[in-house]
Amino acid sequence: MTGSLLRRRLVLLVPTLLGIVTLVFAFLHLVPGDPVEIMLGESAAPADVAALRRELGLDRPLPAQYARFLARAARGDLGRSIVLRTSVARAVAGRYPATLELAGAAFALALGLALPLGVAAALRPGSAVDRGARLVSLAGACLPGFWLGPLLILLFSLRLAWLPVSGRGGLAHLVLPATTLGLGMSAILVRLVRTSMIAALGEDFVRSARAKGAPEWRVVAVHALRNALLPVTTVAGLQAGALLAGAIITETIFAWPGLGRLLVQAIDARDYPLVQGCVLAIGLTYVGINTATDLLQRAIDPRLRDAR
Amino acid sequence: MTAGAAVLLALALAGAAAPLLAPDPYATDLRARLALPRPGHALGQDSLGRDVLARVMHGARISFAVGATVVALSLLLGVTVGAAAGYLGGWFDEAVARVIDVLLAFPGLLLAIALAAVLGPSLGNVVLALSLLGWTGYARLARAEVAALRQREFVRAAEALGAGPSRIVARHLLPFAAPVLLVQATFGMAGAIVAESSLSFLGLGAPSPLASWGAMIDEGRPFLLVAPQVVVWPGIALATTVLALQLVGDGLRDLLDVRSRVPDRP
Repeated sequence: MTGSLLRRRLVLLVPTLLGIVTLVFAFLHLVPGDPVEIMLGESAAPADVAALRRELGLDRPLPAQYARFLARAARGDLGRSIVLRTSVARAVAGRYPATLELAGAAFALALGLALPLGVAAALRPGSAVDRGARLVSLAGACLPGFWLGPLLILLFSLRLAWLPVSGRGGLAHLVLPATTLGLGMSAILVRLVRTSMIAALGEDFVRSARAKGAPEWRVVAVHALRNALLPVTTVAGLQAGALLAGAIITETIFAWPGLGRLLVQAIDARDYPLVQGCVLAIGLTYVGINTATDLLQRAIDPRLRDAR
Repeated sequence: MTAGAAVLLALALAGAAAPLLAPDPYATDLRARLALPRPGHALGQDSLGRDVLARVMHGARISFAVGATVVALSLLLGVTVGAAAGYLGGWFDEAVARVIDVLLAFPGLLLAIALAAVLGPSLGNVVLALSLLGWTGYARLARAEVAALRQREFVRAAEALGAGPSRIVARHLLPFAAPVLLVQATFGMAGAIVAESSLSFLGLGAPSPLASWGAMIDEGRPFLLVAPQVVVWPGIALATTVLALQLVGDGLRDLLDVRSRVPDRP
């Protein structure tokens, strides 16, 4: 049964993936003017212009270009980067682990902050902890990363000199970027954990568990929290994908050598094949995470298994 | 919510009055580069000696104008497409659903960055990119509302009286969707303002020397230690605006009782 579910979910992915690749293909054609001239500059030799045009396939009719792009993308061939003079796939793959490391750390930090705080707030609504959780959630939702990041650098790197200003290295390098990236997500999750935990604590099965004489920690941790985590899983999955987009800004602030920084550098250099490669890589990862979340949710919640 | 609305009003007024009250946001004074706050320059000066207060006030104009335009365009596009899909059903409805699925399969900011990158840095292109991406939420809400009411008796009655589809949708169906759309628009405006600042921060939005909050934060970063005011104040303005819009959105949602239909933080 799980096999057929997996198959069905993967079949549903096909139109989405096709749409993503089509959008990425369309980008090059949205460039106002001649993309080749913009990439090489006006003083480029006509032979170079013609060669690049041929390499990008721009000398062919549009349907042929599209078919070629699809066929090559399916093989993981995204052309050559103009600036780096290497294959786009290789450049993207080289930066991918750094982005995963940053997003993973931010995700862990967000969950580690949101779960205990949200549960504590739900256990004592109106208490100081609850008010604190509300403050964290409001602040996190309103502080944009491109402002929070520089302020954290000012305080912890420049004034206190506790943590490095930028770059990738050990754990110390990860603290500020992961906090910058993860705080917004933890803000959303705190709110959600609190609401769904309050709802779960009011359910009949919690009352039954208490009536059975289960210890309070067990009622909270096993009976209520497990059920409260269902909506949290969905949103955490969606937000994990959004972390990839947020990483574009965080990586720029902290000179973190990941995909996001590569994307911004590619945009600055008008290296369109590399831009396409970065966008495609981030987009596909996002879809992958969302699909995994969906499947995970069905695995956790038996009620969803027969749906659809 | 009242507090949020009051703060919003104050910020909007500050932006509106900026040309009258504040000094020229583009006037440079290289002898006063990165000067700390002092009389005449209450929030200090930036790396070109431009008045930070004047630039923050003028930045409010950009943020509010971009936010309002993006929301208006997204609403127009989203409600038109969504209502048509909900009313007509069939293949059109299917096609709209597929397009929305693909757009939502990307993180919004990534698409906005990619679009702004190919279109070139300008506020017009920022508005275009954010509107082309922002309509999906409104379309979904309008579609759901129209499709749910489509078969009801008062719609049949209007049809029997000879009302055309556009009149039925506009006069009889969309008013039901107005509260949900209003709440969504409030959050959407906050999102658009942050997105504009993010793009400008990355150099893909407001071109220099325009006083966008995001661009100011980016320009001030190299001088963080000597002149933190250049980064701090635009950020405070931005965070306050977003917070105020969130509070108003939360308040409207409770007031109009649409909690179940608008997601917590879109």
